[in-house]
Parts: sequence; C-alpha cells; structure tokens
Amino acid sequence: MDFTLSAEQQMFAHTATTLFGNTCTPAHWRTMMQHDRAFDPDRWAQIAATGFTAMLVPESAGGLGLGEVDFALIAQAAGYVALPEPLVESAGIAAPMLAELAPDHALLRDPAAIIAIAPAANPVVASADVAGAFLLEKDGHAFLATPDTIALTPAQSIDPLRRVFRIGWDPAAAQDLGPADWTRATDRAAVFAAAQGMGLAQRAVDLAVAYAKDRQQFGKPIGSYQAVKHHLASAQTAIEFARPVMLAAAATVAQGDIYARARASHARIVALEAADQAARAAIQVHGAMGYSWEVDVHLLLKRALALTGCWGTPAFHRARIAARLFTRPAGPDQTFAKEQSVA
Amino acid sequence: MDLSYTPKQQAFRAEVRHWLEAHVPADPLEHYDASRAGFEAHRAWEATLKSGDWGMVTWPKDYGGRGLDLIEWLIFEEEYYRAGAPGRVNQNGIFLLGPTLMEFGTPAQKQRFLPPMASGEEIWAQAWSEPQAGSDLAGVRATAVRDGDDYVLSGHKIWSSRAVFADWAFGLFREPGSERHKGMSLIFFKLDAPGVTRTPIRKINGHVGFAEIVLEDVRVPAFNRLGDEGQGWHICMATAGFERGLMLRSPARYQVAAASLAGMWQARRNSADPLLEADVVRAFMNAEAYALNIYQTASRLSAGAKIGAEASTNKIFWSEMDIHLHQTALAILGADAELVPEPGTLRRGDHDWLDDYIFALAGPIYAGSNEIQRNIIAERMLGLPR
Repeated sequence: MDFTLSAEQQMFAHTATTLFGNTCTPAHWRTMMQHDRAFDPDRWAQIAATGFTAMLVPESAGGLGLGEVDFALIAQAAGYVALPEPLVESAGIAAPMLAELAPDHALLRDPAAIIAIAPAANPVVASADVAGAFLLEKDGHAFLATPDTIALTPAQSIDPLRRVFRIGWDPAAAQDLGPADWTRATDRAAVFAAAQGMGLAQRAVDLAVAYAKDRQQFGKPIGSYQAVKHHLASAQTAIEFARPVMLAAAATVAQGDIYARARASHARIVALEAADQAARAAIQVHGAMGYSWEVDVHLLLKRALALTGCWGTPAFHRARIAARLFTRPAGPDQTFAKEQSVA
Repeated sequence: MDLSYTPKQQAFRAEVRHWLEAHVPADPLEHYDASRAGFEAHRAWEATLKSGDWGMVTWPKDYGGRGLDLIEWLIFEEEYYRAGAPGRVNQNGIFLLGPTLMEFGTPAQKQRFLPPMASGEEIWAQAWSEPQAGSDLAGVRATAVRDGDDYVLSGHKIWSSRAVFADWAFGLFREPGSERHKGMSLIFFKLDAPGVTRTPIRKINGHVGFAEIVLEDVRVPAFNRLGDEGQGWHICMATAGFERGLMLRSPARYQVAAASLAGMWQARRNSADPLLEADVVRAFMNAEAYALNIYQTASRLSAGAKIGAEASTNKIFWSEMDIHLHQTALAILGADAELVPEPGTLRRGDHDWLDDYIFALAGPIYAGSNEIQRNIIAERMLGLPR
C-alpha cells in the first residue's frame, strides 16, 4: 500500500506544468479569443515533442507505455491552464482505444496526430476541425474515419477556448474496427475529466486568493474578512477530498471492473463539483470584476460546465456508483476491493 | 502508487478480525458517558484489548504497543469498526495526548504514562476550554505557580470530555502575569486530587459527557509538565493537528455507517422518497473520499512528511459528512425517526441513527469549531491575511 507519486511521475507532471504555464498564459488566452482560435499549432508541436501524446500507447504500438496515473497528472496540469488543445480527448481517450483495436495503425506512430473521438453519448465532437482521424461509436463498434468523409457543422460552446462540432458520417465510408470497449473509454474520460477538474478548481482558488490579498475595502485586504476566507476554505476542502479519489481512480481504472468504474465516476463527479464550487467562489470573491469578461475566472467555470455534461451526465455516473454500492459488499475492508477473477 | 495490501498486511487484517470475533461483546455496552457503570464496562473492555496487545498498535512495544505503522493502524481501525467493537473510552489519551507524549515527553514520562494509557488503567480527559477561552484558546487564565518541585494549579476548566468519570486530565496553565500564547505549559493532573471539583454537564443527548472543573491550589509534581515551561501553546497545536488530521475520527467509522445506510435504503426504498437514493450514494462517496484522503496522508507521513494546516480540511469534511449521513438516515426512517430505540433492543452492529445524529451535531463545534478551521485553512494553507 503506497499512495505516493514516484519521482518520475512528479518530474513528468513538472514538465507539463512548466510547458503549459509558459505557453498557455492569461495573455495567450486573450490572444486566442481575439482571433477566435482554440488551437495553437506551436504549442501542440511542443506537446507532441515532450511525449505526452504517446503516454498511454503501449510500447509495442510505438508509445511510451505509461499508465493512467502518469497521464492524469498531465491532464491536471492541462486543467490548471484550461488548455484549449484536445490533448486529453486525443491522447488520453482516443489513442489508447485505437491501440487496443489496431495496434499497428500508423496514427499511433505520429505523436502530432490528433484523433477526435465521438461516443454516442456526446452530442458534439471537440476539436474536430483539427483532427487527422475520427474514432466513432456505432452499435458498440468503433469506426475509424478520415476527415474528408466527415461533414462538420460548427456548434457554439459556452467555453470560448473549446471548439465543438456536430458531425455527419457514413459507416460505409469508414473502417469498422469491430466491437470496442466504450465503457473503458468512458472510464478513462471520467478519470481525466476529474484530473482536469482538479486543475481548474485549484486555479480558481489561486486566482481568488491573489485577488483577495490585493483588493482593499474598508481599509483592509478583502481576504482578511472571514466571509471571504470561508468561501475559499470550503472550495479548498472540496479539492482536498476530490484529489485522492481522482488519483485512486487513475491507479485502478485499468482493473476495468465495477469497483474501478464506480471510483472513476466518483472522481469525475466530485472533481467537477469542486471545480464548479471553486469557480463560483472565485467569481463571488472578485465581486463585479468577477462577472466581467476581462477577469479570467469565467473561463474556468465554463470549462468545468462543458466537461460536466459530456461522456455521461452526473446522473449516469451516480448510477454506476449505485450499482457498485448495491450489488457488492461495502465497508472499511472494501476500499481497495477488486473483482476476483474466476479461474 | 500501489493501492493493494501486502500479504503481511492481509495477514494482519485476518489476525485482527479473528481476535475481535472472539472477544467483542455480543451486546453493546452502556455508553461510557451515560453512567459510572457504562464507563467502567468500557475500561474493562480496554483491559481485554490490552490482553490481546491491541491497546495502541502504533506505539512501541516498550510502551504497551506493537510498533506497527500507520497503514496497519488503519487496518486495525477498519476491523475494529467492522466488528462493532465498543467505543474507545480513552480516546483523549491514546489518540490525542499519547502521540504528543511520544513526541515531547521524556523517557521517564513515557514510561510512567503510556503503558497505563494503552491498557485503560488510567483514563484521560481533556481540559482545553475555559469559560472565557473557547475558540480563543490563548485566552486561558488558569495558572500554574512553581513551588519547588511542584506546581500549584488554580483556575476553571469547562467542556472537559470524559472528565466526569476519568482518572486524569491534561490542560494549559499559564505563569501568572504571562499573556496570550506565551508562558503557558501543558500539565497533567489527577481528577480526584485534593482541590479538584468536578461538576457534570449534561449534553443535548442527556449524557453527562463533559464536566466543569474547578482547581483550587491543586499541587502536582513538575514531572507532570509536558515539554518545557512555556512551550504549552506549541505542544497544544501539535496535539490539535494530530487530532484533526488523522487519529480522532477513523474513516472506518463512516464507511461502516455508510454501508449500513445503504442496507437500510435497500430495505426501505419502496416506502421512502426516491430522491434520497442520491444522498445514500453521496454518503458512500463521502466515506470513501475520506478514507482515500487518510490513506494518502498515512502514506505521506510514512514517507517522512508532517501534518500541516491541511488537517483542518479533514475536520470540516468528516464533521459535515457525519451530519449529512445521519440526516439521510433519519429522512429514510421518516415518521419513525423521532422514536428512541427501546432499551436493550440494539444488538452489536446495529445503528442508533437518532443518537448518532445528535452526536454528529457536536462535530462542527469540538476539536476547534469549523469556523476556526476555515480560518486556519485560509490563513495557513492559502496564505490569506489575518
């Protein structure tokens, strides 16, 4: 039993934090919004060069063969900067699925390739305009399609740093990769949404703390008033009790059993709730400034909102936890339970 | 990261489970705060635990423990709550003062106080608060006047848990004339010493769970001072960190309650508000989240980290979780919720949801109110100005 991160994991996460922190600054958010863009080719090239896109692809398929905990730390760092590029969708969810279905596919050997993924549950596809390929769900199968066979209709997300599209496609024009494990894709999506939620939440608290130290009213920084302190303390408490769930979910998602699914869903629910709570607290702490387009906090709120609906609603994920709670033993000796394999 | 138990840890769990199955009383004991008989029944249970060497498994063998690590302590607690074993009447000693003694005590003090603490021969009360010093604990007025090898203690303590029936208490006493955080020492005194008057205070559940203590020229040896003279505040904060952070409330307590709640929901769901299922699931999620947080903390501490201000988030989380869980239970019980169980009808492992709900309401108040905890988080974790 060891709940600590390895030095290598921390180093990888530090690399991500540095890369994202240097390139995805608030000034850069503003530039992208002014030019109505949600993709920076230079940053994507740097991301590909660090190896983040190959982390969850097995070494046998040309990847780094790392695990979900490793990638979750990258996703958390991506959440902290509300990263516009589809790193999580492409490298966290689509690439490992493609590697399971078609380990020899050339896309897996191109670290800059963007694979869009379209589960039946999602009404829109993120970053479809920059995708080099599409993984599409139909009748439990996964279909692989090239961009020229997909009809894209732009939709408007509330999140200005996220591009979404409705898609039209013809299974006859796509490659049927056979039955695919969409539940596993949902599990990974849940864990990495949770990880992004942790980053979003902490960024919101950090922005609000910085403002509350600086902004003076009644002759004192507003952060010295308990009413302000307690909003942020509550948000931080929510973070502290979502993060270990997220890490445990990442560590066990590969089990692929009812316990791992419930934990992934748990992580997703509480991490995105924490992000929402922290973002709304941060807006409140900023006062009227917080309600303005000029202050960045709304970007975090909107990303959390966008993530909350896709890959299964909170009700869908709560039902997966209920299934575990009501059909398997619960109690203090079951915290790290896994399904016993039948020999 | 490796979230599985080693074979040694699994064997330890089996050993604890086996022993508890053979020794936990079939019928619940009368509550230790309800009467002298209930209190002494719990002391006898502590002696039984000691006979199996289970008094405080993390302490060194020389002091009545087994020298085990924090993960093994969590496993012990999990099995303890799973077995429906009696509450630990000496929790102020073993969970609060014990770890502090281990850190700040002299070898002679450890030898004198820890073994009878682990065995329940000496049961401890805390004496933190005073009538004028609650959340503002640095406002303590009780005094310790040095007289040769003794201190003479005077003052007024209140809300002292277990003090009605316990043997010993620990509290802060200041050098006359000293102010605020300076000049305070942490000193132990016997609750039946000449000059100590205890007056029971009834809690909202009717139990005499705490006492008011008046000290009039109570003479104790200087040996009873923990740490250096004037170091009391520093030691007290270390104690509070442990209390909030790890030891006071085991995750297992809530995991057992959440599992029972799920069972009750399944038995009564046809006659209950369907919206309550979300709360039942939430209670389970909360208990799991708390357990995972504590496992992470235990791993961190084992790797050499120290408990910091994040301990305050724990106290907020478990106290609010406990109230939500029991509110959900009462909502499922519906019109039956107000009914106090008939005496003698509760068996081992049964939950007295109503009494536990009333107890949960104390959670946001004791061990530092949740308002104070939020201040600590804001100031020491987040760095907001005082």
